[in-house]
Amino acid sequence: MATRLKETDVVVVGLGAAGGVAVLPLTQAGLDVVGLEAGTWLTKRDFAPDEIRNNVRDWPQSVQKAQQEVPTHRVNAKANTTRGGSHPMMNAVGGTTLHYWAQSWRLNPWDFKVVSETTRRYGASRVPAGSTVEDWPFGLDELEPYYDKVEYEVGVSGQAGNVKGAIDTRGNIFEGPRQRPYPMPPLRSTGFIDLMAAAARGLGWHPFAGPAAINSRTYQNRSACMYHGFCNKGGCHVDAKNSPSVTTIPRAQETGRLKVVTRAHVTSIDTDNQGKVTGVTYVTDGQEFIQPAKVVLLASYTYENSRLLLLSKSKAFPNGLSNNHGQVGRHYLSHAQGGSVTALFPFDINAWYGLPAQGVAVDNFADDNFDHGALDYVGGGNLWVMSDRRPIAAASMGTFGKTPSWGAEWKAFIKQNADRSNTSYLQKTTLPYEGNFLDLDPVVKDPLGFPVCRITADYKDNERRINAATQDKMIQWYKAAGAIATQANPLGTMGPTTHAYGGTRMGRNPETNVVNQWGFSHEAPNLGVLGASVMGTSGARNPTLTVQALAWRTAEYLTKNWKRVSS
Amino acid sequence: MADETKPGVSRRELLKRAGLAGAALTIPASALPGEAPPNAEAPHKGVPYEQAPRREPLENLTAAESDLLEAICARIVPTDATGPGAREARAAHYIDRALGGALASSRPAYTAGFAAFERYCRSSRGAPFLELSERDQDSVLIDVETGSATGFTSSSGAFFGMVRTHTLQGMFGDPYYGGNANFVGWDLIGYPGVRTNVTIDDQRLGAKVAPNHRSAYDYEMFTKASARLISKDHTHGD
Repeated sequence: MATRLKETDVVVVGLGAAGGVAVLPLTQAGLDVVGLEAGTWLTKRDFAPDEIRNNVRDWPQSVQKAQQEVPTHRVNAKANTTRGGSHPMMNAVGGTTLHYWAQSWRLNPWDFKVVSETTRRYGASRVPAGSTVEDWPFGLDELEPYYDKVEYEVGVSGQAGNVKGAIDTRGNIFEGPRQRPYPMPPLRSTGFIDLMAAAARGLGWHPFAGPAAINSRTYQNRSACMYHGFCNKGGCHVDAKNSPSVTTIPRAQETGRLKVVTRAHVTSIDTDNQGKVTGVTYVTDGQEFIQPAKVVLLASYTYENSRLLLLSKSKAFPNGLSNNHGQVGRHYLSHAQGGSVTALFPFDINAWYGLPAQGVAVDNFADDNFDHGALDYVGGGNLWVMSDRRPIAAASMGTFGKTPSWGAEWKAFIKQNADRSNTSYLQKTTLPYEGNFLDLDPVVKDPLGFPVCRITADYKDNERRINAATQDKMIQWYKAAGAIATQANPLGTMGPTTHAYGGTRMGRNPETNVVNQWGFSHEAPNLGVLGASVMGTSGARNPTLTVQALAWRTAEYLTKNWKRVSS
Repeated sequence: MADETKPGVSRRELLKRAGLAGAALTIPASALPGEAPPNAEAPHKGVPYEQAPRREPLENLTAAESDLLEAICARIVPTDATGPGAREARAAHYIDRALGGALASSRPAYTAGFAAFERYCRSSRGAPFLELSERDQDSVLIDVETGSATGFTSSSGAFFGMVRTHTLQGMFGDPYYGGNANFVGWDLIGYPGVRTNVTIDDQRLGAKVAPNHRSAYDYEMFTKASARLISKDHTHGD
């Protein structure tokens, strides 16, 4: 028998990157908020610099709810379905921001207007066939104040490239105008990063230090980064990584209006017969609770956002909550994060320490920053070179065909070359397509008996062409810096990933979008959705800062329109 | 894999000197893992390391499985002029211990793989792996690696890949887990060790950072609880 709890103003499902930020403007405006989190609190003592635990054994993701719900994947509706062993995200207060790379980019102006800008510059026929891409319901200018808010409230280090239209070549000259610089200077460089930046300048490109939600100096009384090398899939041992767990969530708690409930496994979002959301049901240690709320903000990850809506069937929503137009799960896309390039240098690059956010970016070939007139694709890739390596991964390096992969020759090779290899990170535009979507798996279930999310998705020609072109540029860059061998790694396919978008897309048209331009459901107006699941395009850069800016904006809209949304 | 070009005495030569080579050939072909004769562990070849390292009590493997695993690991990361190898790092010890925990789901694959491995050695080379010369051992391992070895449940290549992956974890992982003894793996590839603070000078090109030979858990601040919690078996992938 479920225990019915006292009603609250707002229940936030998931206290990760999105929900963990939204709770601050909500509670500061005087709303009572219950934050339901499937994971637990973790502290810096839990974040040992341990490659076996973090990277080999996937500790961050292995002990939590998400691990029981790994989505299945098939490349198209006729292909076989497979299931990997690991969910890319983790459950904890702060969610995956505990172990993420913390790269905190703003999208470029083009990302909001892919359809209209492509049509204007190259003609409507250049929008790839079969793509369901739409312009966002607003442009970068609408989101800018929220980017700014999050950069300062959470803490982002970086070098501005465009302050109110004034271009600064130390930053990204392609970024849209910002009202002021970052609150902290960028993370420091390294000898190898300096070398790569110089090579990029030699090619006539515009290298710059990327933005990161990591302290480059003491910020909000928390330490600067120690550059110790275990940020990748590891939490921060000095709280220099600005997860909501050490920034916005504690500040929301200080208002006295946020109740954090850990180990809460939400199983449904509940509605009345009129289609109004009444609260959520969750399970802790086998005990069921009903948490009534005037407004529900769904802020789990992209896969779980769609899954929970599809599982929340009711009289008013027989096909899943907010799915009477059949749009939940549609317009799914995930970053083409594969297709990296690895290089071998004839000298030690001293990259044993650092972090994935300590690096140099080139944006010249991203988005529409270059002329696509003679090309057969739209969009592009951001090139990123970083100082990030640990010993098992280093010893597991490829040998560029120079030796076998074990034995005496191999041993001599890695002894010489373990510190001479570097792998870049190339994030490329992915568009949504008709055949790429999320739904419920007809076979695989979680331990409670609920179907897991099924991904049906693969890259199309546009993504494959971007990948090839971006890898070519990266190879050119490495060679300019002195690399003696390079290897283009496979793009792969669209299985579960940390950069998953769509499923509850944001837009004015309820026929093609689940939430409106403010992030609230077209069909159930007191339901809001936070996360990359509302994003209709990916850009060529990490999603988290955009997710957080959108979450802040949706939360602020709620506080300013409380009566209308909650009644 | 060109053993002959390496300095030092061949393993076969050592076996001969120890009077074992002839005797070993008389071991019945039915001697599968679990039934290996005493003294089956051969002295390993190694220039700077005359003595085989101390072997820890086994936690999961049988004695014969352990002997075979030690020998395989020692060919994957041999002990030679470039420095200590998997034997000195105690990579097999790492695997033995992990098979009772994080790698428990791999135990059946090891059990079946060892048996198929020895059967294949006997049928294709006429002797157990431990009695083969290093050159022949390597040729067996190439068959297993490339998937051309017969008699394996799935593919022999999958078995090889698993053993290689775990050997590298035992060679280059944090010593807390029972491998990388005396930090020989980290020293081999020049990893200067786990630090909690890295300076700008430490990241310059040409900087020589002295190895500090510290495990993550030599730092008091970190709890070991989560390191013990893991129950997953996973290959490496950042």
